[in-house]
Amino acid sequence: MSVAGKKKKTTIILSIVLILLTIAFLAPIFIVFYNSFKLKFFINDNPFAIPFNTDMFAGLLNYDTGINKIHFFRAFGYSLFITVFSVLAITFITSMLAWYLTRVKTKFTSITFSLLMFSMIVPFQMVMFTMSKTANILHLDNPIGIIILYVGFGCGLATFLFSGFIKSVPIALEEAAMIDGATPVQTFFLIVLPMLKSTAITVAILDTMWIWNDYLLPYLTIGNDYKTIPVAIQYLRGGYGSVDMGAMMAMLVLAMIPVIIFYLICQKFIISGVVAGAVKG
Amino acid sequence: MQKALKKYFALFALPGLICFAIAFFIPMVMGIILSFCEFSDVTNATWVGLENFKYIFINGEFTDALLFTVKFTLISVISINIISFALALLLTRDVPATNVYRTIFFMPNLIGGIVLGWIWQIILNGYLLKYQVTLVTDPKYGFWGLVILMNWQNVGYMMIIYIAGIINIPRELVEAAQIDGANKRTTLFNVTIPSIMPSITICSFLTLTNGFKLFDQNLALTNGGPGKTTEMLALNIFNTFYGRVGFEGVGQAKAVVFTIFVATLALTQLHFTRKREVEA
Repeated sequence: MSVAGKKKKTTIILSIVLILLTIAFLAPIFIVFYNSFKLKFFINDNPFAIPFNTDMFAGLLNYDTGINKIHFFRAFGYSLFITVFSVLAITFITSMLAWYLTRVKTKFTSITFSLLMFSMIVPFQMVMFTMSKTANILHLDNPIGIIILYVGFGCGLATFLFSGFIKSVPIALEEAAMIDGATPVQTFFLIVLPMLKSTAITVAILDTMWIWNDYLLPYLTIGNDYKTIPVAIQYLRGGYGSVDMGAMMAMLVLAMIPVIIFYLICQKFIISGVVAGAVKG
Repeated sequence: MQKALKKYFALFALPGLICFAIAFFIPMVMGIILSFCEFSDVTNATWVGLENFKYIFINGEFTDALLFTVKFTLISVISINIISFALALLLTRDVPATNVYRTIFFMPNLIGGIVLGWIWQIILNGYLLKYQVTLVTDPKYGFWGLVILMNWQNVGYMMIIYIAGIINIPRELVEAAQIDGANKRTTLFNVTIPSIMPSITICSFLTLTNGFKLFDQNLALTNGGPGKTTEMLALNIFNTFYGRVGFEGVGQAKAVVFTIFVATLALTQLHFTRKREVEA
């Protein structure tokens, strides 16, 4: 066999392997998708059967039940509100904090910086009880107050990423602006902030993925009155009764749709953001 | 400039620091103090010294959870890194549409832990139905279920990091090795792997802490069942706090121990692999 022929053969084999892997990767999502159109009896009876026959087919019944049971669209609204505003707040507030901490060199700033870095490795369980009590006392247990909590938990990683970038740009540019009479506020908004754009995208992507999917923080602080999507999904489990698998499938599909759309639109940013975040983290 | 900026402390630094203090710093300090107390609310604490910590190790629950977590994390770290590295090698070869595969393999990572847990609960229980068992019949099903789930979620992410590492290996290095007569195997072990040591550091660090801190997936997949046999550390702490009244102090003490574990792990791992990087 010629070299070219051999190479072609390897390419075909590799492609077959990759296609099989793709099927294996996507199968769970696909199975949940078609099960969401099955009557719940048939989900428990044979979860892998595709609902071709009309006996099994439930139409949108599961969606209807699920949406009414957990008020899906309300949960979607809370999730969207909390995610969007927390991410904006983290990006904005932390970029200022990081600039201050990087450019002002005192004992206080270096200790603060170390504390922020330390907060990145502390597991949430360490503070969850005391934090939720504190939030309760300060009346932060609502969709607006929780934004403050997210800024608090998010500023470790965000400060780290921002300050890593700020350190890499020469201070001369900022000093020149100040000598020309710009105030620190002007310097920040006109010189520093525009430079931070790519880091800000990384921070925003990482934090969107985290906050949208976060379960424990919203469950502990606002879970009773304002259920975000993950809290609402887990709530379907109920007390000790059995779970309505039909409604569950339908809600899982609805929970995945926004994530998949977001992913397909921002795919390039997401992958490069994750790499940047991981490499520096 | 420093002097001018310092005057703007209240504008630039204060908002972030207040949030940090409320969400993290104050609760952290309170948490450390409360781990030596008995309390049901943060306002009614009485000092009990090391009682809580003693209780953790007398009652075996926490050590069982620790053992389960360590076993789970070890197996996940190894399997995720091997699979994702293999995928990265595959996708940096000359195959059509590598970007499509990258996109697909990465996707599960974006789906949240709760949703993931339920997806796999349905799939795995559906499969186990054939053998008339469920995920919570025996701890081994829950264990391997968690391993499968964790792999599905993390392999794509780590693959992306490995791909970035492999792409950055200088071509000349590989070519030089081939001219010197190195076969594929030697090239892999003596050129590729040493050159991507930084990626290996990052991936093992990430998978290790991800595995050790796993909560959502554990809650949604088995909720610790049967009994408490598949309860990992994070879930065990959660259940100690909120499962019954009167054990909040014990829960907080467990959280302190957990934090020490996670921090030590993270720091040793970083130190160890940073050293390897220099040698490589």
